[in-house]
Amino acid sequence: MMLHTVNKSPFEKNSLNSCLNCAAEGSTILLIEDGVYGALKGSSIADKVQAAMGKVTVCALGPDLAARGIADKVIDGIKVVDYAGFVALSVENDKVQAWL
Amino acid sequence: MSDTKKFLYVNRKAPYGTIYALESLEVVLIGAAFEQDVQLLFMDDGVFQIAKGQDTKGIENKNFSPTYTALGDYEITKMYVSQESLDERGLTIDDLMPLTYEDEDDDWAEKSSIIVVNNAEIAALMEEQDVVLSF
Amino acid sequence: MATMTVNGKDYEVDEEGYLLDLSQWSKEVGEELAKSESVDMTESHWEVIDFLREYYDEYQIAPAVRVLTKAIGKKLGKEKGNSKYLYELFPYGPAKQACKIAGLPKPTGCI
Repeated sequence: MMLHTVNKSPFEKNSLNSCLNCAAEGSTILLIEDGVYGALKGSSIADKVQAAMGKVTVCALGPDLAARGIADKVIDGIKVVDYAGFVALSVENDKVQAWL
Repeated sequence: MSDTKKFLYVNRKAPYGTIYALESLEVVLIGAAFEQDVQLLFMDDGVFQIAKGQDTKGIENKNFSPTYTALGDYEITKMYVSQESLDERGLTIDDLMPLTYEDEDDDWAEKSSIIVVNNAEIAALMEEQDVVLSF
Repeated sequence: MATMTVNGKDYEVDEEGYLLDLSQWSKEVGEELAKSESVDMTESHWEVIDFLREYYDEYQIAPAVRVLTKAIGKKLGKEKGNSKYLYELFPYGPAKQACKIAGLPKPTGCI
């Protein structure tokens, strides 16, 4: 299985958009660094993220959410993980695609 | 200094992914020593710089967001925030830190520095400056 | 890396003698830093140092002299809120010298 990481803001780069378009069913998307802005509830890209959650698992890195003050504004159903969870996801999936 | 110029700092980047936000803040603080008419504009991902409740312990970065709340002491009393940028991110003014200053001409009453502006107002704001600095 | 020794413990300082880790600061460390600046600490000096540390704690910056003067005047009384008073306490610049003794980084845009 494939782990996709996105580390750019969806409002500045199309990384998350491309990732959502190309991630296969059953894969996992992990939002890190400025990528966690893609987890924001009610944003212009939230509907697209929510729609993708039927076929892919979307996670966001907790410390990056907290740093940006948005830990309590995350779309329902997005799984918040810590650094250990990040490592576990990297191990569980045999390939990692980083959308830079 | 006899000639006071109008300075606008345009902040368009999120706070921690790149160095722009912190660099801008440092230039603002240095510039404030020269007693110019300084205003800040937060638009695009720059609105995230003044988001409430930032806690950077988990990413080992310095949390410089409290410094924005000191800018009132530096006589920076106008912090413009783009309405369109807030809307696009699902944010409202309540998701931002309260930024205030004390009004010398009104018995030091505490007033909000935040002014929400639309794109047309931003266009006019940029036109009326002597110097525009982009980050 | 330069170090400074207080009561047998080493503290890292930068090339100008500013403490690198402000969480290591104590009154004893402050005394030692004051010695390096040839400042004889009195209650009035400590008042300013305490104020600076509180300001840094809240805003994560050392205030510019102009801001410091105004804030001191508000907190400690008008007779202390002027640069003459502060320069008498810290002759080589209140922001620079007092910040050093308070264990804070050199203020941004300091003169």
